[in-house]
This record gives sequence, structure tokens and C-alpha cells, in this order.
Amino acid sequence: MLLEGERDTILKTTSAVLAEHGARREKLIPLLQAVQEQLGYLPKLAMEEIAAALDIPAVEVFGPATFYNSFRLHPPGEHQFKVCMGTACYMIGGQIALDSFERRLQIKPGETTADRRFSLDQVACVGCCSLAPVVVVDNFVEGKVTPTRVDGLILSYESNGQKVEQDSQQTEATNTDEAKGEEGS
Amino acid sequence: MSILSATETKYQALREKAEAKLAPLAAETIIWIGTATCGKAAGAVEVREAFKAELKNKGIDAEVREVGCMGHCYAEPLAVIAKPGFPAICYGKVDEGLVTRLVDDFLINDDPCYEFALVALEPNDVFPTFSDFPRGVYENKMILEQCGFIDPEDIDHYIAKDGYSALAKALNTEPQQVLAEINGANLRGRGGAGFPAGVKWEAVVKQVEKTRYVICNADEGDPGAFMDRSILESNPHLVVEGMIICAYAVGAGHGYLYIRSEYPQAIRRVQTALEQARERGLLGKSIMDNGFAFDLEVFTGAGAFVCGEGTALINSMEGKLGMPEHRPPRLSTAGLRGKPTVLNNVKTFAYVPLIMKKGADWFKNTGTAESPGTAVFALAGKVENPGLVEVPMGTTLRQLIYDVGQGIPGEKEFKAVQIGGPSGGCLPEASLDIPIDFDSLKEGGAIMGSGGIVVLDEDDCMVRIARYFLKFTQQESCGKCTFCRLGTKHMLDILTAITKGEGKLSDLETLRELAEDVQVGSLCNLGRTAPNPILTTLQYFYDEYKAHIEEKRCPSLMCPDLIAYFIAPEQCSKLCNACVGSCPVEAVYTRDDGLKAIDQEKCVKCDNCLKACPIEYNAVIKLSPPALLAEKEGSTK
Ligand SMILES: Cc1cc2nc3c(=O)[nH]c(=O)nc-3n(C[C@H](O)[C@H](O)[C@H](O)COP(=O)(O)O)c2cc1C
Ligand code: FES
Repeated sequence: MLLEGERDTILKTTSAVLAEHGARREKLIPLLQAVQEQLGYLPKLAMEEIAAALDIPAVEVFGPATFYNSFRLHPPGEHQFKVCMGTACYMIGGQIALDSFERRLQIKPGETTADRRFSLDQVACVGCCSLAPVVVVDNFVEGKVTPTRVDGLILSYESNGQKVEQDSQQTEATNTDEAKGEEGS
Repeated sequence: MSILSATETKYQALREKAEAKLAPLAAETIIWIGTATCGKAAGAVEVREAFKAELKNKGIDAEVREVGCMGHCYAEPLAVIAKPGFPAICYGKVDEGLVTRLVDDFLINDDPCYEFALVALEPNDVFPTFSDFPRGVYENKMILEQCGFIDPEDIDHYIAKDGYSALAKALNTEPQQVLAEINGANLRGRGGAGFPAGVKWEAVVKQVEKTRYVICNADEGDPGAFMDRSILESNPHLVVEGMIICAYAVGAGHGYLYIRSEYPQAIRRVQTALEQARERGLLGKSIMDNGFAFDLEVFTGAGAFVCGEGTALINSMEGKLGMPEHRPPRLSTAGLRGKPTVLNNVKTFAYVPLIMKKGADWFKNTGTAESPGTAVFALAGKVENPGLVEVPMGTTLRQLIYDVGQGIPGEKEFKAVQIGGPSGGCLPEASLDIPIDFDSLKEGGAIMGSGGIVVLDEDDCMVRIARYFLKFTQQESCGKCTFCRLGTKHMLDILTAITKGEGKLSDLETLRELAEDVQVGSLCNLGRTAPNPILTTLQYFYDEYKAHIEEKRCPSLMCPDLIAYFIAPEQCSKLCNACVGSCPVEAVYTRDDGLKAIDQEKCVKCDNCLKACPIEYNAVIKLSPPALLAEKEGSTK
């Protein structure tokens, strides 16, 4: 559900983006990219607005929005962890790092924690293979990320802002069945 | 005596202006920091700031500037100090301590701290240069030559180093002559397939339709490759110049660089490059006053591997789903907006200015008869010196791995080299003497591909790597054709079962049959090449598959379902607690007798305790199959 304020922001952003890029079918992807850049994700409302402006059915906007990997349909967390799953990182512990994030944050790649503090994603090679396994935190690249480092990273970003409540989710993160299931999919 | 043409006059003016602007730099002390993505990841920004702060604190007159990637990623962050009176010297693994040292000892006191130097960039009597190292002997930098040595955000650096002179030369001849030069050089496309660029361009020239496009494919989807990104971040004008020359040859009025969204810094640097080129009349209505009009813009990809495929790329540029189409028609007849279109890879365009400047024969002097020129690789995995390398075509894999990459780190044994990414294959030791060129690699079952090379050692499981690539292609399969959509899924399921110890020997036959069906039945090369990682690993590493199936054993101790961690009591020290603290899930505990043990129910196989255990004890070991555990535990209770 969107709050009243959010609705306004979305509508304003979308019409500004449409005005800047022009409402042409060919501009669909740049339009979606611009909306995402400003809002952090693609709200359904924005996609419907774009569809109306381009005079195409909404599914023709939802299609590309779900087809391409770079679009997110949910608001991102305050901090984003992107775990590199490129070849070099994968072979040297990328999966272990990803598992650790999933275990600690209790979310899967593509998701955001309920408090919207963190989101988790996978990326392909970010070009720093010599530092594998690599995690991109917001826009910083962290190299040689072990499970201990994963804990450290989460902790450092938690303590950066307000102190997070030690809710049950966090402490029960040792559910082994969950954690062992490999890609969890 | 010929009089200078308008183009030549214009170019000379640009060149003189650039040189005049840069001349005073020779008398200044300049610190260059490599801030491509790889450098930044290693801490280049902190190093840059540390230099700036030190210089300011100590009141030293020197400039800090940024360059791209030199290709020596293993030694990042890199800094080059050019001080008048000394050869320019490159320092590797620079940290804040070294920054202080360099400023105090070198900048203030003239001691270049050779003990920390990696290499000198100019021949001199005191310190070795790149060509004195084994890597330098094998490397032959054509398109990477200036990467890391010029400021990618200042067009004058490129112009002062002869940049855009090839364009001036091209504009002074007829388009057919440009075409003849590229054809004469037998420049083959570097995006993977090795199709001759000249033939492609000629097909566009032959079209009646006069609205034509030039597109640079910078989608670089191979999950282990970053050459194209590095080139765009380190020397964007080389690619831009190549594209303008191509546009002139084929008569295109507009072009695009299709860059994947995961490369924000490359996008930014290319945009800056385009603006600066436009300001100087190198793009726009009348390029270098020659009357030829052409402009370029960036299209940011939206993230789909299949969009690297030409027809899918066009669809995505038109705002549609990035799905491939049946060919023909080829892009050269009906590409973007149905118009004749040239699509080439970043590297392909990067060779164009060099060939124009130095001639087809110069280009053909390097490499092999059928694959002239050089090959650029992102060398990664288990090699001592990973990074971006450029070697002549025909160099063997062995030379690339052992001489350029300096071999396998530790005492580990080489197992395989994965070349060509998700469409490529894994080659064993016995294939290491295959020369690297488009045709030889294909015979070995791999492909040249986009240039990702990952070296694997004894700790890497071949079933797992096959599964890794298949999972990638399965996820990226656009779903349009059945063979690719269902075939990759089915093969992935089989491989997953095998890595869990749930496979049957008959599965291997099914895998092979499926692989062959998907190879012939798929619509585009994503599907047609997806089975390569499976087929090559089945061919060369059949025993590993068998071990997974028959013994439930992962010979490389990598598949989590087939290994168990165990602390050998005879090696464990009661005094040490390193493993207990390292465990993220509290699976490691202290037994009543003070020794440590692992609760297998809780263990998530993260490898932390093994890494944490001090080398003098080496008490944590991995066992495969996990059934060995009962035996071990029984014997020690
Ligand atoms: C699934 C798939 C992905 C591809 N990805 C890329 C890519 O990332 N970069 C690229 O230059 N070519 C890629 N190609 C090859 C292109 O289709 C095309 O052959 C190439 O861009 C042509 O340029 P070239 O002749 O200079 O190599 C891909 C092909 C397929 C089938
Ligand atoms: S594979 Fe992770 S940075 Fe290259």
C-alpha cells in the first residue's frame, strides 16, 4: 500500500521523467531507468502512468520491467548488499557469502528486510575478480568477504544509523535447514 | 607539395592546442592514481585522498590525477609518480603508510623508494620496465597500450598522443579506402564469433537505404569478464574514434554505445568523452570541417545477458523485450528501426583507429594468419597475477597462464581453464598447448568468446562449475524457444542432483543427449552454446562426475552436500579457541576434554573454521563423502 505522500511523489516523478524523455514507445526502457533512478524502484503506479502516456497496454510495460534484471519492483533497503556471483567470485566463496547474508538478514536475493534497512542482490562480475569474493555495499566494493566479514558489514551499517532492535528474527538466524539449502530456490 | 586539407588543418590545430596545454606538465611532479572500478575496489580513492592531504600538509607542489586500469589488477591500488629528473615509477599495493613514505622520501628528498616500486614506465638505468618481466615479453599491447597511462576524462591527453589522427586520415580518403584497409587487415570481431568486421561493414554499404546506424556492443554479459568495461573506463576515445571511422566508411549518420547498466563509471566516462568530442567538432554536423555528419549517444542496457545477442539488443533498444529474432534478415539489412546497422564489439572498434593509422600490414604482423592481431583477456581465478592482459593471437594457453599470469598460487595443482564464459568450455592440462585463436579453441571444444578466462585448480569442482554456468544460462534464457527454455532447465536439474549426490550414471547419457539437442535446436547462440561447459567437462573430467554419482564424493571437496567438516582431535590444541569464535552459527563447540568439535546439524559449511585454525595445528579438515565422518568419529571417541 502506498501512503498518500508516496503517491504524489510517484506521480510527480513519473510525469517529470515523461516530460524530459518524451512519451515515445522507443523510450520505454530509458523511462523506466529514469524512474528507478529517482525512486529506487518501479512502483506499479509509475508503470501504469507510463503505459497510459505511451498509449500501450500496461502489460507491455510490466513485461520489460520483469524481463530485465536491473529493474526492481520493490523499494530497496537503505543499504544494498550486492554479492558478486561472477565466475571467479563464485568459485572462491561467493556462494558462501551470499548464504551468510541470507542467513543473517533472513531474506533472499531480490528482497528487502521488513524494516527496509537492507536489501540483498546478486550481481555478475564487477571486474575486481582479483579481490574475490566481492560484495558491493551501496557503491563501495568490499573484497575477500568471509562470513565473519559479512557479520561485520551488517553490524557496521546497523550501528551507523539508529541502533536496531534485537528482534527475534535476528537472533534466530541460525536455522540450519534454511541455511543449508544451497541457492534456496 | 600538397596543401593541407580543411580536415588536416583542423586536426593540426586541435593537436597543437592539446600539446600546448599538456606541455607544462612535463616540468611538474604528477601522481597518477588508477581509479578504474578495480582500483577503486582496492582502495584507490583513499590513496588519492591521502596523497592530496599529504601534499597539502607538507606544502608540496604536485598534482594528483586519475587514470584508468593498467591491467595489473593483482597489485591495486596502483600509483605512478612522474617527477622531473626521474623515470616515471609505478608503485603497487599502495596504502596510506606508503603514501607518507613516498611523499617524504621521494617528493621531498629524491629517494624513489625502489624497494616499493613495481616497475618503471620508461627505459632507464636503475629500475626494470614492463618489458623486463616475463609478462612484458609475452604481452603485446595494441588496444590496451594507453589504458592506465592517459587521463580518460580529458580528450586532450588522447589527442596529444596522436588520438583522432586516424580519423583525420580516414576523412581525407574515400570511404571505400577505409573499408579496404579494414578488409585487408582481416579484423575479426572480438565479441566472440570472430566474424570479419570488413565483410559486415561492406554488407551495410551495399544497401539502398541511406539511413544507417553504427552500434557498439558493450553489454559484456560474460559473468567473468571485464575487458570492455576497462577499455571504456580507461580510454573511451579510442572506441569513439573507431566508431566514427566506421560510420564514415558505411555512411551512417547516428550511432549508439549500448553499455550495461552495471557499469556506471564506464557510462559516465563515455558520456564525458562524447561531450568533449562534440565540443571539438569531432562529432556533430561537420566532423573536422569535412562535411561528414555523425553523432553518438549512450544507451544504457537494462540487464539481460541475451541482449548481447544482436537482434535481442536491437529489440531492447526499441523498448521491447530483449528476445532474439530469427535471422536472416541480418542487422546489416534490417537492424535498428529496420535500417542497415553495423554492430561490433568494443574491442573490435578499438582496433580500427590503430589499423587506419599504422596500416593493415602492421596489424597482420601480429598474431596468426587466420586470426591477426591480439587477444584481450580478463585473467582471473587461481593465478598469481590476475588482471587484464593482451597477447598476440597464437599465444598458447600455457604461456598465458604460466608466463603472463605467473602460474597457480600456493602449492596447488592446475586442473582446468575455463575460457569463453557461459558459452565456452573447460580445457584440461593436455589442452594447454592449444594456441589462442578463433579456430583452434573451437576445435578444443571451447570458444574464444568474449575473453573471460578463469583458471581452476585442484580445489575447484568441475561438476559445480558446469552447473554454475548452466544455472546462469538457464536464468538468462529468454524463454522464447523451447529447446533452450526447457533443455537448460532439465540439464540444470540433473547437474543439481549430481552435486547433491543424488545422480545416477544413466543421467550422464541423458545429459549428453540433451546437450546435443539444445545445441542444434535453439534459436540463438545463447542456447546453442549453453551446453559447451557440460560437454567439455563430461569429456575431460568424466571421473569427477562418476565420483559424485557412485561414491557420493566430491574430489575437490567443494560441493556442500558431499562434504563434512571435522576437527581432528590429535591435532587440535586445547589452548586455542580460534575456530569457536569464527563460526557464524555456533556449530563449533568445546568438548568436555577441552578439544573442539563440530555439531554437524548446525554446520553450514562456510569454511570459516578451517581458515581460522592456525597453520601449526591444521586441525580442521574436510571429508568427502560425509560418510567418512562416522568412521573418524568412531575412532576417536
Ligand atoms: C547470448 C549472447 C550474448 C552475447 N553477448 C555479447 C556481448 O556481451 N558483447 C559482445 O560484443 N557480443 C556479444 N555477443 C555477440 C553478438 O551477438 C555479436 O556477434 C557481436 O556483438 C558482434 O560484434 P563483433 O563482430 O565485433 O564481435 C553475444 C551473443 C550471444 C548469442
Ligand atoms: S567474478 Fe566477482 S568480481 Fe569478477
